[in-house]
Amino acid sequence: MRRSFFRAPFLPYLLVAPQLLLTLVFFYGPALQGIYQSFLIQDPFGLRTSFAGLANFASVLGDPLYGNAVRVTVVFSGAVVAGAMLLGLILAAAAAQPLRGVQVYRTLLVWPYAVAPAVAAALWLFLAHPSVGIVGRALVRWGVGWDYTLNGTHALLLVVVASVWSRVAYNFVFFLAGLQSIPSSLHEAAQVDGATWFQSFRRVTLPLLAPTTFFLLVVNALYALFDTFAVIHALTKGGPGKATETLIYKVYVDGVVNLNLGSSSAQSVILLVLAVVLTSFQFRFLERRVHYA
Amino acid sequence: MRDFGRTPNPTGAVAVPPPLADTLRWRVRRGLRFLPAHLVLLAGVALFVFPVYVAFVASTADLPEVTSGTLRLVPGSHAAENYWKAFVAGTGERIRGIPVARAMLNSLVVALGIALGKIALSLLSAYGIVFFDFRWRAPAFWLIFLTLMLPVEVRIIPTYKVASDLGLVNTYTGLILPLTVSATGTLLFRQFFLTVPDELVNAAKIDGAGPLRFLWSVLLPVSRTTVAALFVVLFIYGWSQYLWPLLVTTSLEKEVVVVAITKMIGTGEALVDWPVIMASALLALLPPTVVIVAMQRWFVQGLTETEK
Repeated sequence: MRRSFFRAPFLPYLLVAPQLLLTLVFFYGPALQGIYQSFLIQDPFGLRTSFAGLANFASVLGDPLYGNAVRVTVVFSGAVVAGAMLLGLILAAAAAQPLRGVQVYRTLLVWPYAVAPAVAAALWLFLAHPSVGIVGRALVRWGVGWDYTLNGTHALLLVVVASVWSRVAYNFVFFLAGLQSIPSSLHEAAQVDGATWFQSFRRVTLPLLAPTTFFLLVVNALYALFDTFAVIHALTKGGPGKATETLIYKVYVDGVVNLNLGSSSAQSVILLVLAVVLTSFQFRFLERRVHYA
Repeated sequence: MRDFGRTPNPTGAVAVPPPLADTLRWRVRRGLRFLPAHLVLLAGVALFVFPVYVAFVASTADLPEVTSGTLRLVPGSHAAENYWKAFVAGTGERIRGIPVARAMLNSLVVALGIALGKIALSLLSAYGIVFFDFRWRAPAFWLIFLTLMLPVEVRIIPTYKVASDLGLVNTYTGLILPLTVSATGTLLFRQFFLTVPDELVNAAKIDGAGPLRFLWSVLLPVSRTTVAALFVVLFIYGWSQYLWPLLVTTSLEKEVVVVAITKMIGTGEALVDWPVIMASALLALLPPTVVIVAMQRWFVQGLTETEK
C-alpha cells in the first residue's frame, strides 16, 4: 500500500467531487427512484399514484408475456454467448500460431470491434432481407421460406447472428491475449511427451485459459442481456409477435412506448438484481487477479 | 559478411546446401502444418469483410438494381450520387432525416465528449483516491466502484427524468454527461497509480512540487499510454451508444449517426433507399475504424486492461 501521501485539507475532496456528483445525480439517484417507483401504481390517466407494495412485481412475474421475454432472453443470451466465445476462441487459437502475415489477420479480426452494433444490424438486415438481401434471397431460392419479418424463429436467428457478429472481435482480443500469456515451454513439453496439437490444446491451453474464459462468460452475458438493445431495436423491434422481445427490450417497450411506469420499474429492478449478481461474479475474478498479480 | 562465398575456405570443405528437394519438402510440410490455421483465419476474415463488401457494392448501385434483387458483387457506377445524397443532401424523397454529415458531427462531439470527459473525471478521482489520505476515501472509492453494477439500461426512465428536469434533453450536455461516469476508468488509473513508486512522490516533494504540480508534470507524462489506451476504447464506446441518445434526443438536429441509420431503415419494408442507407452505414463505420487501426496497440491494451 502507498505510504507517501500528499497533505491538503480540501484538494482531495475537490478531485473526487465531479465524479461523485455525477455518480449521485445520474446513477444512484435514478436507481433509487426506479426502485421506489416499482412499489407505486398509477391509474391509467396518470392522475393518481398510490403505494402498491409488491403488486407490480406480482403482476410482472405472473404475466405470460414476461415469461415469454424470459424464455427469449435465455435462448438468445445462451446462443450469443456461446457463438461469440466459440468463434473468438477458434480464431484466436489460429492467430496465436507463428504464421506468415499473422499481423494482417489480427488487424482484420480486431477491426470489427469498430462496427457499432446498430450498424452491424443494418448490414445484416441488408444481407438477410428476403427480397433484397443476397443471403435472404439465396435462402428463399433454396426453398427455406426465409422471412424474418413473419417467422419468429428466423427473426431470433437473425438477431443472434448480428449480435454474435459484432461481439466476436472482443472475444478474439481477450482469448488472443490469454493464449499469448501461456509460456511456449509448456507446449514444447507436451510435444516432447508426444502430445498431438489437439491434445496439448485440450490439456494445456484450455485449463490455463480458464480464468479468461470465466471472465468472458460473465462479460458476454452482461453484453447479451443489456447491450444488444441496439441490435434488436434496429432489426426486429422485438417482433414478429414478441418473438425477439428480450427482458431489456420489454423494459423499454413497457416504459417508454406504453408508459406503464410501475411495471417497467419493477422489471428494471429485477434486471438490476441480475446485473448485481453477474457483476459480483466479475468482481470475484478481479479480486483473484489482484491476488496473483 | 555478405561476401562469405568468396572468402577462401581454409579447411577446403565446401558448404553444401541441402538438396533442393529437401528444402521444398520441408517448406511444404511446414506450410501444410499451418494450412488449417490459415484456412480458419481466412474464413474468419471473410465472415467479417463480406457484409461490409456487400454494403459497399450496394452503396455504388442504383435503387432499382437493389430492390429488384439483381445486385451483383461488382461495384456499380452510382457511388458519387449515393454518397452525396447520404452525406450532404440527407432527405431524399424516400428518407426522412438529416444529412449523415450532420449526424456524424453529432456522433463525433458525443464520442469525444464521452472519451475526454471520462478520462478527465476518472484521472482526477483516481489521483485523489490514491495519493491523498482523507476521511471519505474508502466510501468515495466504493461509491464509484459500485456504479459498475448499474448499467444505463436498468434505470433508463428515471435517468431520463433527471435529464429532462435539468433541461438536458436535445443538448450535447445531455447526450454526454450521464455517460461520462463510470468505474472502469477510475479503476484503471488507480491500478496504474499504485505502481508509481513512492520515491517519485518523495522526490517531487523534496523539489518543492505541490500536489497539482506533481499531477501535471510527473504523473500525467508517465500515464500517457494509459490515457491513449483508454481513449481508443472510450471513443468506440461513445460512438456506438444507442439507447441513451435514442431517449434523450427528439430533434433531428442532435441525432447521432447510429440512431439516424436505423431510423432511415424504419420497418425495412417499402420505400427504403438501400444504396443511400448502405453508404451512410459505411460512412458511420469509418471514424471508429480509423481510430482502431491507427491505434491498434493501445486499443488491445486498453480493452484487456479496463475490463480486468
